[in-house]
Amino acid sequence: MSRLFHHSPREGREPLIRMVKRPQIPWAKANLIRAAALLGALLAGALIILLLGHNPLAVYADMLEGSFGSKVSRTETVKIAVPLLGASLCVALAFKMKFWNIGAEGQIMMGAIAASYFALFHHQNMPSWLLLTVMCLAGIIAGGLWGLIPAVFNAKWGINETLFTLMLNYIAIGFEKYLQNGPWKENPNGFPKIAMFAAEARLPRVFGVHVGWIIMLALVVIVFIYMKRTKQGYEISVVGESKNTALYAGMNVKKIIIRTMFISGAIAGLVGFIQVSGADFSLTESTSGGVGFTAITVAWLSKLNPIIMVFVSAFLAILQKGSNRIQTDFKIPASAASVLTGIILFFMLGCEFFINYRLIFRGRKEKRNGYSN
Amino acid sequence: MDTVINLFCAAVLAGTPLLFGTLGEILTEKSGNLNLGVEGMMFMGAIAGLAGAYFYEQIFTVPSGIVAAIIAVVFSFLCGVLGALIYSFLTVTLRSNQNVTGLALTIFGTGFGNFFGDVLAGRAPSGYAAVGAEIKSVFQGIKIPFLSDIPYIGKLFFSYNFLVYVGVIIAVLMHFFLNKTRAGLNLRAVGEDPAAADAAGINVTKYKYLATCIGGGICGIGGMYVSMVICSGVWVFNCVGGIGWIAVALVIFATWSPSRALLGSLIFGGLSIMRLYVPLGIPIQIYDIFPYLATVIVLIATGIRQSKEHSIPKSTGLNYFREDR
Amino acid sequence: MSEENNAIRLVNITKSFGSVLANDSISLDVRYGEILALLGENGSGKTTLMNILSGIYYPDSGTIYVKGQEVKIPSPKDAFNLGIGMIHQHFKLVDVLTAAENIILGLPGSVRLNRKAISAEIKKISSRYGFDIEPEKKIYNMSVSEKQTVEIVKLLYRGADILILDEPTAVLTPQESDKLFEVLKNMKNDGKAIVIITHKLNEVLAVSDRVSILRKGCSVGTVKTSETNRQELTELMVGHSVSLEIERPEINTKHGEYLKIVDLTCIDSDGHKVLDNINFSLNGGEILGIAGIAGSGQRELCEAIAGLYPVKGGAILCRSETPNGPVNENIVGKSPTEIIKKGVAMAFVPEDRLGMGLVASMDMVENMMLKSYKQGKGPFTERKKPRQMAERMIKELDIVTPGVSTPIRLLSGGNVQKVLLGREIASEPSVLLVAYPVRGLDINSSYTIYNLLNEQKKKGVAILFIGEDLDVLLELCDRIMVLCDGKVSGIVNAKETTKEELGLMMVHIGDEKGGETA
Repeated sequence: MSRLFHHSPREGREPLIRMVKRPQIPWAKANLIRAAALLGALLAGALIILLLGHNPLAVYADMLEGSFGSKVSRTETVKIAVPLLGASLCVALAFKMKFWNIGAEGQIMMGAIAASYFALFHHQNMPSWLLLTVMCLAGIIAGGLWGLIPAVFNAKWGINETLFTLMLNYIAIGFEKYLQNGPWKENPNGFPKIAMFAAEARLPRVFGVHVGWIIMLALVVIVFIYMKRTKQGYEISVVGESKNTALYAGMNVKKIIIRTMFISGAIAGLVGFIQVSGADFSLTESTSGGVGFTAITVAWLSKLNPIIMVFVSAFLAILQKGSNRIQTDFKIPASAASVLTGIILFFMLGCEFFINYRLIFRGRKEKRNGYSN
Repeated sequence: MDTVINLFCAAVLAGTPLLFGTLGEILTEKSGNLNLGVEGMMFMGAIAGLAGAYFYEQIFTVPSGIVAAIIAVVFSFLCGVLGALIYSFLTVTLRSNQNVTGLALTIFGTGFGNFFGDVLAGRAPSGYAAVGAEIKSVFQGIKIPFLSDIPYIGKLFFSYNFLVYVGVIIAVLMHFFLNKTRAGLNLRAVGEDPAAADAAGINVTKYKYLATCIGGGICGIGGMYVSMVICSGVWVFNCVGGIGWIAVALVIFATWSPSRALLGSLIFGGLSIMRLYVPLGIPIQIYDIFPYLATVIVLIATGIRQSKEHSIPKSTGLNYFREDR
Repeated sequence: MSEENNAIRLVNITKSFGSVLANDSISLDVRYGEILALLGENGSGKTTLMNILSGIYYPDSGTIYVKGQEVKIPSPKDAFNLGIGMIHQHFKLVDVLTAAENIILGLPGSVRLNRKAISAEIKKISSRYGFDIEPEKKIYNMSVSEKQTVEIVKLLYRGADILILDEPTAVLTPQESDKLFEVLKNMKNDGKAIVIITHKLNEVLAVSDRVSILRKGCSVGTVKTSETNRQELTELMVGHSVSLEIERPEINTKHGEYLKIVDLTCIDSDGHKVLDNINFSLNGGEILGIAGIAGSGQRELCEAIAGLYPVKGGAILCRSETPNGPVNENIVGKSPTEIIKKGVAMAFVPEDRLGMGLVASMDMVENMMLKSYKQGKGPFTERKKPRQMAERMIKELDIVTPGVSTPIRLLSGGNVQKVLLGREIASEPSVLLVAYPVRGLDINSSYTIYNLLNEQKKKGVAILFIGEDLDVLLELCDRIMVLCDGKVSGIVNAKETTKEELGLMMVHIGDEKGGETA
C-alpha cells in the first residue's frame, strides 16, 4: 500500500486510495486498458486543439486525410515510417539489453555520412548495383562503429551510456555541419549545402516507394528471429535481466554488450544509408530528423516486439504526416506531432500501472480474491 | 587582460542556463528520481516565460519591466513544475520506468515549446513573437551605482543580468539546504535508501514530488533564460537545443554538489562561446561540438574514478513501492 | 492478565499480495512487560503481520487496538506516534549517513541541524541502557551488531515502548545473541512490550514469556513458554509431527581430494582483503560447512572458486571424474566458460537465486538453458531438451508451478530453489558449491534440500555448504570451517564441536580462541 495523496491533517486515518498489486490480468482486459489510454491521449490532444479554437474532429479527420487521402500522401507516410521502424529496431536491440542507446540519431547520421562519401566521390567509378552495395556496407559499418564507442566505454569502465550516446548525436551532427559548410560544400561561394546524388547512387522504387521499405520489413523478421530464437538473442535477454546471472552462466558480458551495440548501431547506419539514398538523395543536417528519439517511443510502446513496431511506427508516421497537413490547413504548427506523441507516451506509460495494480478507495471493503499457494 | 575578462563574463552568461538545469536536476536526483526530461522542461519554461511577458505587454499598454521579469520567472517556474509534475505522477505514483518517462517528457516538452512558440509567432501581427525594448532591457546587465564602476571587479561581478545572481543564490541555498537542514537530510535519505527513509517516518512520496517539482521549476527558469536573455525575448525555433542534456551530464561532473555546479557551468559556458574569444584557426562547426566532446570526457573521467561519498544517490533510477516484496 | 496491560490487540487481520494470502484473519495480543515470541516458519506471515503493525503494510481488513484504543496505522510515522518501533531483518539504515543522522532521520525539530546537541543526546540515551555507540561513525563502516545497536537506539530515541524485532539473531554470533537477549530482558523489566519474530525454537524457549504461533498465514494459538516444549512448538508450527533430526549419512568409500584451495587471497575494489590466505581441502563424499558472521568472505570464497571473483593470489586445484577419466586443473583466474571447457565438473548454487542463479522473468525452460545454451551447432538455441529436462524436474522434485512456461519469479521461494539446485545437480558435478541454500525456505522445503544434498554426497560429490544456522551446520556437515574477516579461524569436526566453540571462532582468529567473549 502506498498513498496517492499525502497526509491528511489528522494522522492515522485510512488512506484515501490504496494500491494493491493485482494477480495476473487477462490479456484482453489488459489491451482494453491500453486502448482506453490511447483514447484518453487523443482526447487530451483534442482539448489542446479545442483551446486553439479549432474543431478537434475536423483536425483529426484532416490528419487522416492528409496521411491516407491520396497515393502521394500514402507514399509520403510510408517514407516517414521506414526510418522510424529501422531506428526502433536499432533501439530495441539495445533496450532489450537494458543499454539505453538514445544515440540512434547520431548512428543514423554517421551511416548517412559514410554512404554519402561514396555517393558523392565514387559514383563514376562503379556500376550502380556495386555503388549501392558499397554505400550500404559503409553505412552499416560507420553506424556500427559509432554505436561501438559508448559500448566499449560502458563495458570496460561502466561509463553511463545514456549521456554518452546522446552526446555522440550532437557530435555526429556537428561533424555533418562541418562537412556541409566546408569540404563537401557544393558551391564554395554559395549556400552551404551538399550536392544531390547522381542517379546511380539512388535506391530503386517498388510500388512508388524506394526499396527501403522491403529492406525494413525483412529486417523486422530477421531481428524478431534473432531476439527470440538465437543464442546471441538469448544472451542479450540474460544480460538485460541481470549481468550477474550472465556472468554466472559463463557469458562474456563485455563482448555481448559491445557486439550488440555494434549491431544496433549498424541497423541505424543502414537507416542512414536508406535515408540519403532513397528519400533525400543528399546529405543534410536533418537527415536523421529526430527519428532516433521517436524510435524510443515506438520501441517502448511495442514492448520491444519487432512485429508490433511495424504498426506503431506506421501509426506515428500517420501522426507526423497528418501534422504537416494540418499546418497548412489549420495553421497548427507541425510540432503538434511531438506534443501528441509525448501525450500518447505519457498515457501508455501510465496505463501499465492499472494493468498491474488495483485501487481501493477509503471505506470500500475489499473483496477477497482466490489465492494459490 | 580584457580578453580574459570578456571571456569570463561571456562564460558566465552562457553558463547560467546550464547552472539552472544542473541545479534543478541535482535536487531531483537527490530524491532518487533520474529525470531525463530536463531539456523538455527547459523548453516548457522557455516558452512560458516568453509568452507570459509577451501577453503582459499586449494587455498593458505601459508595461513595467520589473513586473514582466517577475511574470517571466513565475510562469517559467510553474511550467517547469508542470512538466516535473507529469513526470512525478508517472514515476512516483504510477511507477513507470524513469528513463523512458524522462525521454517522453523531453519529446513532449520540446514539442510543447516549439508548438506554442510557433502558435505565438503565427498570431503575432509581425509574424514573429518578440517582446518590446522596455522588457528586453530588464534581462540585460544590471548597473549598480559605484560597484559596477570598479575597474575589472565591476565587470567581473556586478555587470550581469539579474538571473545570473538568482542562479548563484539558488546554488548557495541548495548547498545549505542539503547539508545543514533536517529536511535536506531527509531528502538525501530518500534518495539513498527510500525504504530506510520510509521506515524512519519520512513521507517518501511527498519528498520525491516536492524535490522533483521544484527541481523542474528551476530547470524551467533556465529555459526562460534562453528565450529571454540569449534570444533577447524573441521565440527561436529549437532555441534550447541540447542545453538540457549538457546539464544532465554536468550533474555527474558536479558530483551532485550545488557548489561544484557553479564551476561546471562556468567551464561549459566558456566552451560554448570559445569560438568568439579564442581563435584556434579551426572551423566554427568544430568549436560547436566542444561542449559535447567535453561532456564525453567528463563522463569518462568521473566514471573511471568513483567514490562512495560523492556519487549518485543510490536509489536513483529505481522506483519505490513500499509493499513490494 | 488485565485488559489495561494490553499494549496491542490485533483482531482478524487479513492481508493479501496479489493472489497470495499472507495473513488470514489473525488475532493476537501483546502485553507490556513481556517478551512475546512470534513463531512460524518462513512464509507463515510473521513479518507481514508485524509490518502491518509498524505501518509498512496496510491490512485489507481487521482491527488494531493500541493501549485499548482502536487505531489505523497507514505509515511508519503513525506507528512511531503510537510508540511502536520495528527493527527489520534487513536494517533500515542509510549507508552514507552517520549513526546520529540515521537516529534523528524524519523527526521534527529545528530547521537547522545541531549536530553537537544531537550527538550528546544520543550518548546520554546509550549510556543509560549500556550501549556502545559512536554517533559520528558512518553506517557503511559498521559491523552488523553495531548497526543493530543503532537501530535499537533509534527506536528508544523516538520513545518507542512497543518494540518489534524481526529475526534479530540471524546475523549475530551466539555470544552476541546472548548479549542482545540480556538487553531485551532489561527493557522488558523496564515495562516495555517486546515482540521477537523468529523461527528458532531455542531462542523462543530462552527468552520469551509467551509464544504465538503462525502457520501458513493463520494463527494457530498462543502458549506460555513455561508450559510448552520443543516438540509441541514444532507441531504447532509445522502442523504435523516432524523429526527435527537432519540426516548425516556415513560414507565408507574413499573418494580423495576433489578441491584443494592453497593460499587463496582476494582483494575487493576498496583494496580490502576479503579473503586472506585461505587453505583447505574438500573430499568427495563429504559436506564441508562454512560458518562465519555475515560478510566474512563466504560469498567471495564461493565466487572465487566459481571463477566469478577476481583472485589476487593462490591456487584452486580441482579434480573431476569425467567419462574420459579424471581431470586435474588449477582453475585460478579462469572464467566460468573456461572452467567448463577444461572439463571441470563444478556446480554452484549462489546466495542470490533470482539475481544470479536464475533469470526471474524467464520461464523454466529458458532457465534450464542458462549454462548449456551454447551446446549444439549453429546460431539457434535448442529448446527441446531443456523443455524435457524442466518437465522431468517438475515431476521428480515436486515443483509446484502452473507449467514450464511460467516465469519463475511467480514461484514460491522453495520451488525457486528446487529449480536452481535441480539444474545444478543435473549437470552431474564432482564439486557442488551451495550458498545459504535454505534461506527463506519453510521446513518441508528445507528438508527436501538437505535430502538432495545428502544424495549427492552418497554419490561421492564433494559439497561446500555455506550456512548461517549453526544448528543445521552441526547436524548436516562432516566438517565445519569457520571464517572470520576473510581468514580461516579453524576447521573442526562437526561431530565433536559445539555451537559456543563455533561462535568464538567466528569472532576470533586461530589461536586467540577462548579469549574474552565479544
